[in-house]
Amino acid sequence: MYLYPVWVRLWHLLNAVLIVILIITGISMQYTGKAESAMLVGFARAVKWHNIAAILLIFNYVFFVVGNFMTGNGKYYRIGKRNFFSDLLKQMKYYSWGMFKGEKHPFPVSLENKFNPLQRISYVLAMYVALPLVIISGLGLLFPETVINRFFGVSGLIITDILHITMGFCLSVFLLVHIYTCTLGRKPFSLFRGIITGYHESDEE
Amino acid sequence: MLPVLLISVRSTAIGIDTPISSNQDTTAFVSPFQEDNERCFKCHGQSIYEYTNENLGRQVKALMFSERIIERKNFYGSNHKSFSCTDCHSEEYTSFPHSGQLRMEQQYNCIDCHGGDEKFAKFNFEAIEADYQASVHFKLEEGGFTCWKCHNPHEYKISARNSNNLKETILFDNNICLNCHANFSHFQLLTNRDEINILAKHDWLPNQSSHFKSVRCIECHAEVNNNVLISHLINPKEKAVRKCNECHSQNSLLMSSLYKFESKEQRKDGFFNGIIMNESYVIGANRNEYLNVFSLIIFGLVILIICGHLFFRLRKKQNK
Repeated sequence: MYLYPVWVRLWHLLNAVLIVILIITGISMQYTGKAESAMLVGFARAVKWHNIAAILLIFNYVFFVVGNFMTGNGKYYRIGKRNFFSDLLKQMKYYSWGMFKGEKHPFPVSLENKFNPLQRISYVLAMYVALPLVIISGLGLLFPETVINRFFGVSGLIITDILHITMGFCLSVFLLVHIYTCTLGRKPFSLFRGIITGYHESDEE
Repeated sequence: MLPVLLISVRSTAIGIDTPISSNQDTTAFVSPFQEDNERCFKCHGQSIYEYTNENLGRQVKALMFSERIIERKNFYGSNHKSFSCTDCHSEEYTSFPHSGQLRMEQQYNCIDCHGGDEKFAKFNFEAIEADYQASVHFKLEEGGFTCWKCHNPHEYKISARNSNNLKETILFDNNICLNCHANFSHFQLLTNRDEINILAKHDWLPNQSSHFKSVRCIECHAEVNNNVLISHLINPKEKAVRKCNECHSQNSLLMSSLYKFESKEQRKDGFFNGIIMNESYVIGANRNEYLNVFSLIIFGLVILIICGHLFFRLRKKQNK
């Protein structure tokens, strides 16, 4: 089933590369020490690459939002109020024990339903909550003169930075879970192959 | 020798422990020598002065050389505010016109009055003098460099130790450096080097204006000396700090320089180098240990859940 058009695959590939660069350089900046560490990128290099990747990510994000708006891809991110929690619970039960008992996927992938309820909520939170917040706070840190000096007695920069690193952390956790859940396809690499070729391999044998 | 003695006696009246702030009313101070000093300020207190030319038999208005103008407000707001002009300058200046010979008057340096004085022990002027003698500035002494090039005796006030506003201290201290390094006519008095473009020289520094507003020049250009609050050992430019992580790290250099005085009252709400956050935010230096632990726990739990899930998947596969 052809599920991922070229533009989605290109956006996803660039997004993945940039997010990985941003996480590595972000951790390097936050945990830099006086001595060089083999685990971390040097501070100056980390700042440079973090900034470059961040600017590219912003353009890529705009591309994603416009793409969703212009094509039908946006519908996959719409969360309906009807049965939202019960569907979410159904999916969670499936991941927790249903799949180990050989139950069938409660929400098989189709052209109408690309994402299961759990994917849908996590993708919406990642793409429409965490990423915009990380971009806005990141722009604040890139142009610190634009940040409010004091907010309820606390430095605006501190609030901006804590928001940035917290959202960055949430996205790191999302990435980890996302990569793992992508091994839950028909075969461990089926879903990875799908986002490269555009064709989804059905779970049905 | 007389001026030195007078300074020593009056040091108790300087009020060095009084915090200064931008809105302090310096006019509230009334110098016991105000009347005597006014004889000097009458001409040196503004750009135009007036005197009677007895040969011409009339009043003459003239422009005061800008380097010889001392603002009353600045002088009476300075650390030397309680002095009489003639404590440091010759009594002969009280007559006008001044003798040309007076231009050759020898100037005192800080250590001449402050050295070996118990009242000033906490400032450790001897260590400051040793720092200065090892600094690049000392090499310019033959060419006329003195303490006064940085610390204008008529206007200087202690900033880092007493100010309630760190940004003001940074501005005040950086202006001391910029007075020569960004003012070519002052710079030329001491060196034959070409004019320095400070902004171009610091092109490599990310967020240049933020750095200039948040740290002093000496943070990178002076050697940290734990015996004095402000290091006076200005290094050659090759030895200036260029590695970001000297400041942007948990053991931030700023804690032993810019925040040295305040760090004694360090905030303890989970942040490393928390005192920095009273005024600024330094990526890499300001981390919250609670957030660190919390994030590690969350990350660990996620890894654990994934490993558990993977385990059951592998077991199911084996049982097939």
